[in-house]
Amino acid sequence: MTDKTQVHGRGLRRLAFAATITLIGAFAMVFFWTPNEADQGFIQKIFYLHVPLAIVTLGGFVAGGIFGFMQLRTGKRVWDLRSYVAIHLSLMLAVAVLITGAIWAKASWGHWWVWDEPVLVSFLVVFLLYACYQPLRFAIEDPERQARYAAVFAVVAGAFVPINFAAVRLAQAYTHPRTLGTTTGGMPGSMMLTFLISMLGMTLLFMTLWKFELTSKSARMRLSSIRRRIARETTTEQAA
Amino acid sequence: MPALPLDSAGKYVAAAYLVFLGVILIYVAIMAARLGRVEREITELDKLLEIRDEANATARKSTVDGPNSE
Repeated sequence: MTDKTQVHGRGLRRLAFAATITLIGAFAMVFFWTPNEADQGFIQKIFYLHVPLAIVTLGGFVAGGIFGFMQLRTGKRVWDLRSYVAIHLSLMLAVAVLITGAIWAKASWGHWWVWDEPVLVSFLVVFLLYACYQPLRFAIEDPERQARYAAVFAVVAGAFVPINFAAVRLAQAYTHPRTLGTTTGGMPGSMMLTFLISMLGMTLLFMTLWKFELTSKSARMRLSSIRRRIARETTTEQAA
Repeated sequence: MPALPLDSAGKYVAAAYLVFLGVILIYVAIMAARLGRVEREITELDKLLEIRDEANATARKSTVDGPNSE
């Protein structure tokens, strides 16, 4: 039998190291190398944190949907676990996206939240949608049904997420800063490079945390199974 | 809105980065606590197995020696 804990934990240390170095490098570039944006000034530095975090979060939700699809296709519980962890982690990062976004909005627009801004509201809708995932999942006791229903939710909600991106492009009210409007994002090279490195750092961070939680969850599941086996064997021995 | 001066903008930028750091740290702390629980459970299981092995060894010994060995 393959030890899933070891499989998920493989390369975790290297990944964590790469994520830390990349993020430290990206943030150093943000504050010491990249020039201030002409329109927003210093406050635009939040962009290098908020936007990559939002993209990685939404990517995590989509990944959860893809893993859910794999669970439905193969019936293997490991895909359910991967989907659950991706969604759980994305939900947590979404909280950070909402808070950093609100801080940026307050500094740029003078309001913590703008209800007629499609990007903000659609992100909130996605967040609230996924906030239902865990209650729905744990309301079902049968593990097989739980995995199947959670996978269906993950696939449907994961398909809904790209609408969030589409909303940014189709929105008429361009009050939210458009950051990737053209192929170069309309940014000077130094800003684009910093953004891309920050994006890479966030992706590595997500992968590290995903692997970390997956390893921890697999270890707990394995432990429970060993505990059950010991209890069963002890009962059999006592009966004999 | 015009760009905020550095002293006002700095507070917001620092707050945003600190929120991010805080969320990550809280998450890692929760995961570390859970891993700690797993480690404790492994130690418990180890002890349980030791006790069981000792009990099995004693039972085997008494079977080999027979009930009236003394």
